[in-house]
Order: sequence, then C-alpha cells, then structure tokens
Amino acid sequence: MEQAKHVVHDHYDAEASKIGMWLFIFTELLLFGVLFVIYAVYRYINHEAFHLAAEELDSFVGAVNTVILLVSSMTIAMSTTSLQKKNKALTLALAGITLILGVVFLVNKYFEWGAKFDHGIFPGSEYLIENLSQGEILFFGLYFIMTGLHALHIIIGLVLIAVVMRKVYTGKVHAERAALLENSGLYWHLVDIIWIFLFPLFYLIH
Amino acid sequence: MNSTSVANEANYLKYKGKYKGLLGWIFSTDHKRIGLLYLYSMAIMFSVGVLLGLAMKLELLAPGKTIMEAQTYNATFTVHGVIMIFMVVVPGLPAVFGNFLLPIMIGAKDVAFPKLNLLSWWFYVAGVFLVLSAILFGSGTPDTGWTFYAPYSFKSGTNLLPAIFGAFILGFSSILTGLNFLVTIHRLRCPGLKWTKLPLFVWTLYGTAWIQLLATPVVGITLVLVALERIFGVGVFDPALGGDPILYQHLFWIYSHPAVYIMILPAMGAISEIIPTFSQKHIFGYKAIIASTMAIAFVGYLVWGHHMFTAGMSGTAQYYFSLLTFLVAIPSAIKVFNWISTMYKGSINIQTPFYWAVSFIFVFMIGGLSGLVLGALAANIYVHDTAFVVAHFHYIVFGGTGFAFFAAIHYWFPKIFGRMYDKTWANTGWLIFFIGFVTLYSPMFYLGMMGMPRRYYDYLQEFHGGNILSTIGSWILVTGFVIIIVNLVRSASKGPKAEMNPWHGKTLEWTVPSPPPLENFDEIPVIEENDGPYNYK
Repeated sequence: MEQAKHVVHDHYDAEASKIGMWLFIFTELLLFGVLFVIYAVYRYINHEAFHLAAEELDSFVGAVNTVILLVSSMTIAMSTTSLQKKNKALTLALAGITLILGVVFLVNKYFEWGAKFDHGIFPGSEYLIENLSQGEILFFGLYFIMTGLHALHIIIGLVLIAVVMRKVYTGKVHAERAALLENSGLYWHLVDIIWIFLFPLFYLIH
Repeated sequence: MNSTSVANEANYLKYKGKYKGLLGWIFSTDHKRIGLLYLYSMAIMFSVGVLLGLAMKLELLAPGKTIMEAQTYNATFTVHGVIMIFMVVVPGLPAVFGNFLLPIMIGAKDVAFPKLNLLSWWFYVAGVFLVLSAILFGSGTPDTGWTFYAPYSFKSGTNLLPAIFGAFILGFSSILTGLNFLVTIHRLRCPGLKWTKLPLFVWTLYGTAWIQLLATPVVGITLVLVALERIFGVGVFDPALGGDPILYQHLFWIYSHPAVYIMILPAMGAISEIIPTFSQKHIFGYKAIIASTMAIAFVGYLVWGHHMFTAGMSGTAQYYFSLLTFLVAIPSAIKVFNWISTMYKGSINIQTPFYWAVSFIFVFMIGGLSGLVLGALAANIYVHDTAFVVAHFHYIVFGGTGFAFFAAIHYWFPKIFGRMYDKTWANTGWLIFFIGFVTLYSPMFYLGMMGMPRRYYDYLQEFHGGNILSTIGSWILVTGFVIIIVNLVRSASKGPKAEMNPWHGKTLEWTVPSPPPLENFDEIPVIEENDGPYNYK
C-alpha cells in the first residue's frame, strides 16, 4: 500500500490562477462598491456637512500617500518583469521596495488617524456626537470604515508580497512559474486603484 | 500516468492519503470527499433546523403560550432561519452535488483549486460554530430574524456579533466555492466538451457561481457594517446618527434576493438531469433551458425591491421592481414547460428520484404562482408579513430546493456510495413526506389571506383550525423525513452493490465506476461530435 499513498497530481495552470484572481478582484470591487454607494447616498443628502467635514482632512498627507501607492504599483509591476527576465536579485529588490512603500503608507495613515483621535474624532466619541451635525458624523464614520478597510487590504497585500518574496528567494516562484507574483501584483494594483477613488472622495471634493 | 493507475486501484471512499481515519477526510482535497463532508455537515444542521421548525409548529398548535414564551419563539425562528438559509439551502446543492459531480461531469480529475475547495469547507465549519456559539453563550440567543434588520440588529441586547460574523464567514465560503467552480468550468472541460454539450446541472452551477461571486460580497460588507455599528456606533444605519435603516434593507436584499436563485438554480439543474434520464429522452429545449438559467441569474439580480414594498419606496421604484419580478417568472415557467415536454412521449421509468422530481414541479409551481401574488403591488400590501409569505417561500425554498435535494440524493446515491437503497422504503418515505409537506404549508396560504401575521407565537381564536392542520402536517413530514434518512444511512453501508449506471444515464458520471476512483478517470475522456449529455435513442 505504500505507493498508493496520496498521489494526486500537482496541477499548475497559470491561466486558471489568473482567472481566479480576476474573479476575486470582482468580489473586492463589489465589497468596496457597496461602500461607495453608501457614500454617494449620504453625500447627496448631506452635501454641506460632508464639505465641512472634509476640511478636517489634510490633503497634503493624502497626496503623499497617493504618490507612494502609485510608485509602489510601478515597482511591483517592474518586479514581475524582472522575474520574467530571470533577474532574481532585481525582482527581490523591487518587491522589497514595494513592501517598504506599503509600510510607509500605513505609518502615514497611523499618524493621520492618531491626529483625529487626539481631536476626539472617532466613531462613538462624545465630542463627535455632541458637537458635530449628523452629516459630519456620517462622513467620519465612512472615513474610518473605508480607509480602515483599505488599510486592512494593504496589510493583506503586504503579507502576500512577503510570502511571494520568500518563494522567489527559495526558487519556488521563477520565470516559468510566475503566477503567484503576477497575481499578488494584480491584488496590489487593486488596492492601489481603490485608494485612487478614496483619495478624491474624502480629501479633494469640496 | 503510472501514478494515476496506482491511485485508481482504490475508490475515493477507501484510498489512504497522508492521514488516516477522520483526519484523512477533513484534510482531503479530493472534491468527492469534500462533497460528502458538506453532505454530512448539512444533514446535521438541517436536522437541527427541522427540530426548531417542529418546536415552532408545536407552539402554534393552540393560541397563547403552548410550550414557549414569546422571546423564546423569536429566538427559535431566528436560529431556524439562519441555519436553514445560510447553512443549508444556500450552500446546498452546489456544495454537495456540485463538488461531487462537477469535475466528473466535465471529465476532469478535480476542481481547479482543490486546496481552496477544502478551505471553503473549513470556512463553512467555522461559520457554523460561530453561529452556534451565539446560541449557547452570551447574553441570550439572537432574536432579530435571519435578516438582521437595522436598527434592531444593533439595539437588541442578545448575542448577535458571533451570529453576524458567522454569517459573514459562511458567505466567504460560498464565494470561494463559486470562484472555484467558475474557473473549473472555464479551464477543465475535457477535449470536445463544448459549452453546448455541457450537462444542464453544470450550466446551472455556472449561473449560480456567478451570483455567488457577485452578490455575496454585498451582504458580506453589509453585515460587517452592522457589526461595526454594534461595536463602535459608526452611524451608517443608525437613524439617531443620521444613518438610514432602509438603506440596510436595500443592501441586504441586493444579496438576499439573488441568494434565492443561488438556492433554486442548481435545484432546477438537478431536475433537468433526472427528468431526461427517467424519460429516456433528450431534454426538450436544451438551449432554452440554458438561456433561461442565465436570464434568471441576471434578472434575479434586479428584483430585490419587492421585499420592501411596504418599507417606504418611491412609486416609480415600486412599479419597476414589480415589473421585473413578473419578468423573472417567465424563465422559470420556460423550464417547467421544458420538463413536462421532455416527459411527453418518453419511455418513463418510475423510480424514487422521478417521484421527487415530479413532486418538485408540483410544489414549485404552487410556490412560483403564489410568488406572483406577492410580486403584484396591491396584493403585496394586503398579504405582506402574513403567514402567506411564509407558505410561499417554504413552497419555493423547502419544496423547491429541498425536494430537488432529495431527488438528487436518491438519483446519485448509487454513484456516491456504490450501493443501492431500498426502493420501497424510499418511495414510502417520499409519499409520507409529500403529504406532510402539503398539509403543513397549504393551510398557511389560507391563514395568511385571512390576516394571520407571521413571527408571532400567538394568534386569534379564529385561526385555530388551520394551525392545528398545519401542526399535524409537520408531524407527518418529520415521520417521512426519518424514514428517508434511516433508509439512506442503512443502505450506505448495507445496501446491495450498485451498478455503474443503474438508471441508464448519459452524462459522464455514469461512465466511471460506483463509487468513483480517486482521480475519477484513468484517462481523460474525449467527447466525440455525436456524443451528448442527453443523446438517448
């Protein structure tokens, strides 16, 4: 019976993985899509309060974070190309830069949120409920939910990239088996594009 | 090729992998074992749900308090709903029969992502335990109904958080299964198996998978928002903070109405396999069934508002949702027409699965037509939130999906376990179950029309007669259910060995041994130009 042990074939299909990743991205878009719908509805009802509340946010920090994410999207794409060109060191370096940029984004976010908390602006706070209008409460509620959920996705993306880097390093992911890196890149682009919409909605529209 | 033949010496029930015993099952990535894992978990949850339903019917045997207080009754219908919807009928046929049969029906060795498939089952189990923990621990069993309507879902003092997170994780399990099936159907069809040669069960799984993928995230994030509302008070659905509870209802039904089609489409697919086999005739209108499947999947996405006609909505929106609701009935009717026409002039072989299939058509038609009553604006206002609604969706969800599930288990049982059940007991069980079902739910149409509201543990004296009849029906139904289960469980180990193709079906699963070997096929089959899933003489 020894040979009969578990011999199911390891089936590798890069195309299938890619389709799977795209389908997963659809679900993510719908997840955020719901939040965008909620934002649209409440902005329509409370447009003045939303305008007022948006003044609180620092569009400079937001812009810096946008640039950071855009650059990180470029580096992860370059990392994929380097893997196809069989340059392992460059692949790892570029993926590493992506990782660092992602962390910098989170650090910025941390200070942004921290500043809000210092001003007493967080869901359910006394300051919020006593001093601000309902529209402003909704704005900040949505701000924390949407940027929070986005930050969670950044963290997932970072873990994913770290895992792929390890696999590139050990040689499990290479030019002929690049699907995992390509798909992590796709996921990172998704995280990026969601931020591209979050940034103007919260920081820029007046 | 060498390793395959070694693997295929043992069938999937017997082969030994890395682990032994129970671990060999719960860590197996074989699609057939995962299908059975779902079957057993669902059978347990379904039995729990049935017992809760039985308790509710017993409470309604007489007006006033019979066996439980109002609060207990609220908790009972909530848990009954959550279990039956999220753990039984939504995963239902795709998780059990989809997992078991999809790869075999398309001539593949497994699904596209076997590990992800196992992960789905683990998510399912995690979701089940989370929900159950809400019942057993904390400050009282959830009492909001399975819909978790805002604002009560974050005002209720009961232990709702685990239930909400449980439902969220169950949704995740559903998304991953859908994703897996979509990729499998796109990538792993065997040579020659064109889209126009796919068995209809595969087509319905395909439509279902799209709904699972595109609708479930909506309810997922909505449930997360309710949880955040409970924990932090973010205000999104809280009218006190400017939020809108009606928006919750919209978002909830954007998923939960398509979810009804997640439940019923694979059921229709199973019926579309069974009827041609037992009529020994090509399915009537193969392409019409495919088109109606995809039409249901698409239009079903746009009718959610008919759950909210009395909740406050503009007149324009009401007309729009009512019209689309009527439209979605057309493809369902097309299918009924096709099934009946398939039987016409066929050489019908009356067996247990066929009984279940024809009784499915019967109850599905009653359920569907009563749905039109609810889809009409004026009638909806009249019977909204009455027992009529309960009767309608039990006719569809239990009568539709439930009957199709029993049809499917009796149809594929010899393939899954390699043994045949006792046909006399199976038929007896079906008859008693069917009589019980009709006795249980038909009076509720009448009671609803007379004005008996749903979700109450009490009722006026004049509704007594109908309720007695309904409660007696629940006892008959459970008797039938016990007979069916005992017969199947006994036969799975003690029944006579089944042939490879006991019903003379034409789809690919009947070309492999019963039970199938580990990787299904020694060599991947090739479909010739003249082959087809329903090519009977």
